[in-house]
Amino acid sequence: MISAIVNGIALSNSQLWVLVIVLSATAYALKVLGFVVVGGRTMPPLVDRCLALIPASLLAALVAKDTFTSAQEFVVDARAIGLAVALVAVWRRAPFIVVVVAAMAATALVRAFA
Amino acid sequence: MSDASSLSTPAAERKRVINASLTLGGAVGITALSFGLAAVSAGASVWQACALSFLTFTGASQFSAMSVVGAGGSMGAAFGGAALLAVRNFVYGVALAGRLANDEQGRRLPLLQRLVAAQFVIDETTAMTTAESTPRLARTAFWVTALSLFVTWNLGTLIGALAGSFLDTQALGFDAAFPAAFAAMLPPHLQTRRGKLAAITGAVVVVALTPFVPVGIPILVAVVGVMFGVRR
Repeated sequence: MISAIVNGIALSNSQLWVLVIVLSATAYALKVLGFVVVGGRTMPPLVDRCLALIPASLLAALVAKDTFTSAQEFVVDARAIGLAVALVAVWRRAPFIVVVVAAMAATALVRAFA
Repeated sequence: MSDASSLSTPAAERKRVINASLTLGGAVGITALSFGLAAVSAGASVWQACALSFLTFTGASQFSAMSVVGAGGSMGAAFGGAALLAVRNFVYGVALAGRLANDEQGRRLPLLQRLVAAQFVIDETTAMTTAESTPRLARTAFWVTALSLFVTWNLGTLIGALAGSFLDTQALGFDAAFPAAFAAMLPPHLQTRRGKLAAITGAVVVVALTPFVPVGIPILVAVVGVMFGVRR
């Protein structure tokens, strides 16, 4: 169902639909597996500890990817300023929307004037 | 303050839980606006953005999939990172089943009801449900949070995606919504030392691997950050 991993191909509309459906089915299967199938049992502490770290690794990885890469290149551009502003907002415990809008505005401003 | 809480009636407690859950729903609706904008700027159609919110219904995975698509990654890479992020809903499900899978007499709820509830096992419902001390309040917290979030998440996505399809998303910096959104989701996962180490590892892996492997693959490799969970 999942196509071979090919570099740098923008997805077609129908491929995007396949992604939407397969991802939705997988996400639901994981929810059901936890809530209905395994439900209430305790898991080995090692497994618990490792699974708990997935979001930290992946979210930080996504921040790095979306700020400092473009296709297969390492780049520093207007998005870096956006991220810097976002990090200050996160650090000041600003609401989610303030973090996002501040980052977008900073990025747009740099693009407009640079 | 302590007087007020010791005097609080079950009805007042219930009202507190409902208010908190509805407030959270409103806040999440705003996040959904940015998801709709970001998804459209990454190349998804309005309907695809809406289908993701309705069917996938787990924000970080949705943002992740669209982020890889927007960067020109393959379907497999977009799927892989998003599916890994969705694994935490499995963990939440295991934790919540002990509180929600049985009724007040301790009887197991009908399978259909548990299958419906499963769709709503996400970050926010888990946080609200586990914060309550009695099974009754936990159940109220779960269902009010689930339904208010489901409504605002889908409505917000639709409005955001519609707005995004009329705007010049690049000039307005909408692509910067992605890293900002991920940064805003990070703090709860950085409270432990191993959480910080895992995050640093994830970011370093991406920067180091990007020139050498296809788009989206560094995100999958970044999951090696979980190795910090091996040692007790």
